[in-house]
Amino acid sequence: MKILVVDDEPDVRLLFEQRFRREIRSGEFEFSFSYSGEEALTFLRDHPSEVVLILSDINMPGMSGLELLRHVKTDPLPPPPPLVMMLTAYGDTATHDQAMQLGANDFLIKPVDFAALKQKLQTIATT
Amino acid sequence: MNDDARHWKDLALYWKTHANWDLLIAAGFGMLLAILVRSLLDRPRHLPRARAWLLGLWVPAVVGFGLTAALHYQNPLFAKWYQLFTYGVVAAVLWRVRHYRPAATMLWAIALPALFRGLDVGQKTLGIHFIGAVDGYVKVVSKISAPLLFGLYGVAMYQKQSLAKEQVRRAEEERQRQLTAARNAELERLVTERTATLTQQASELQTALAELRTTQQQLIQSEKMASLGELTAGIAHEIQNPLNFVNNFADVSTELVVELEAEQASPTPDLSLEAELLADLRHNLTKINQHGQRAASIVRGMLAHSRQSTGERQPTELNALADEYLRLAYHGLRAKDKTFNATLKTDFAALLPLVSVVPGDLGRVLLNLFTNAFYAVQKRQQCGVAGYVPTVSVATRRDGDEVEIRVRDNGTGIPEAVQAKIFQPFFTTKPSGEGTGLGLSLAHDIVVQGHGGTLTVESQEGEFTEFAVRLPFRAAG
Repeated sequence: MKILVVDDEPDVRLLFEQRFRREIRSGEFEFSFSYSGEEALTFLRDHPSEVVLILSDINMPGMSGLELLRHVKTDPLPPPPPLVMMLTAYGDTATHDQAMQLGANDFLIKPVDFAALKQKLQTIATT
Repeated sequence: MNDDARHWKDLALYWKTHANWDLLIAAGFGMLLAILVRSLLDRPRHLPRARAWLLGLWVPAVVGFGLTAALHYQNPLFAKWYQLFTYGVVAAVLWRVRHYRPAATMLWAIALPALFRGLDVGQKTLGIHFIGAVDGYVKVVSKISAPLLFGLYGVAMYQKQSLAKEQVRRAEEERQRQLTAARNAELERLVTERTATLTQQASELQTALAELRTTQQQLIQSEKMASLGELTAGIAHEIQNPLNFVNNFADVSTELVVELEAEQASPTPDLSLEAELLADLRHNLTKINQHGQRAASIVRGMLAHSRQSTGERQPTELNALADEYLRLAYHGLRAKDKTFNATLKTDFAALLPLVSVVPGDLGRVLLNLFTNAFYAVQKRQQCGVAGYVPTVSVATRRDGDEVEIRVRDNGTGIPEAVQAKIFQPFFTTKPSGEGTGLGLSLAHDIVVQGHGGTLTVESQEGEFTEFAVRLPFRAAG
């Protein structure tokens, strides 16, 4: 399962690669990383129909995670449409409701509980 | 009748030859002189007792006339002696007041007639006769003595009048002098009064100034605290992020250690995997340290920001300072308005030298500029123009002896009329309660007075605003 992680913090890549080292080694998950919303959209266009799930931060300079979500949900992207999971430090209800309204498939609050995240990812992968 | 007439005629002739009539004439002359002198000395202050002497001059003449008439004794010398006596009395009176110039002149006026009378009396009494030539002189003197007397009397009267005028003038002068003195005293009093008032006012102003200074200090401090309040959410976010990394890398390192132990306990250990795990562990520890440092530096910055400035300069990396405060300002605004987003651009000059500044103070300047920039782009974004991308950028560069930091936004811009006022204290365009109006004023003070630099603005309404901080470059020692 191909997962695109979008976050402006470069160290997120290192963290995911270590947290999911076994899953990556076994080929269960395949991670790609973008450091901004714009970069993520470009990646999606360059790699059509590959990404199953997008894990996106909300607070990013330039295009925010919510804008990326709106693009993903409304732009004519090649099928199948990827699932979008939001990850944010600002876990207030306003942001949550906005994300849900825009069609987010899940809403996680930082700091990330990697055990729970792994569970969710595996559930998605097996269905 | 004829007899009668002859009788009276004989009687008259008798009396004419048997009484010293010339004594009465001399008395008249003496009284004339006395009156002249009196009019000259009219003021009693000159010699009050002389009045009695002068007014009584006629007495000896009349008594002498009466006595000699009764005795039927006639002698022309009596009149001459009496004349000499009147000169003597008048001269004595005048001598007493000789310091009075008209009196002295009068003394001279009677000197010649008195001398002549003296010579005459002496001659007649002693029966001496001058030789012809001297007698001629004496006769000439006797002829001019009377006009001389009256002439000099005239001079004396003139002197008296001019003295009187002089006295009036002096009196007037004295009056003026006293008037001036009084006026001076009044002026002196007024000046003293005014000086006292001014001194009091000066001390009141001094007190007011001291109070204003204290208030200013308090305002500066509350402005710092206000800007810190704006930052709180940004700071929390900025600290939360590195803390998450520290926790995550620590957790994942524990997993790595567990895996490593399992590998070591295995009968067939994979040495290359072990080496990889160890390398990852080392890498993670570095990351934990990095993010820990990042959080610490934010806390340090926050403390430096709220502290009263110690004013101590230290070599500072302006790029790092600008980056830190750009993020703080951005997240501060994001915390308040979650829909807000902006593109941040940084264009930091590589190899920018360390600049000697007070980091807390300069940080406050940058924070203020960034906060304003974000405020401006947010305002423009709220106007709802399609395709608008809010952008705030910061650039640094070295320009000769100066280092320049430019903070630019594509927000609402500042109208030209307002540009002139933005560095004035308490000037703000924000709604009341949102801004103290001290931010840019303090920023200007910090840059110009605190660091000897310049803070300038360039803006076009509806297009952009760019602030430029220029600091004189000082090589860090």
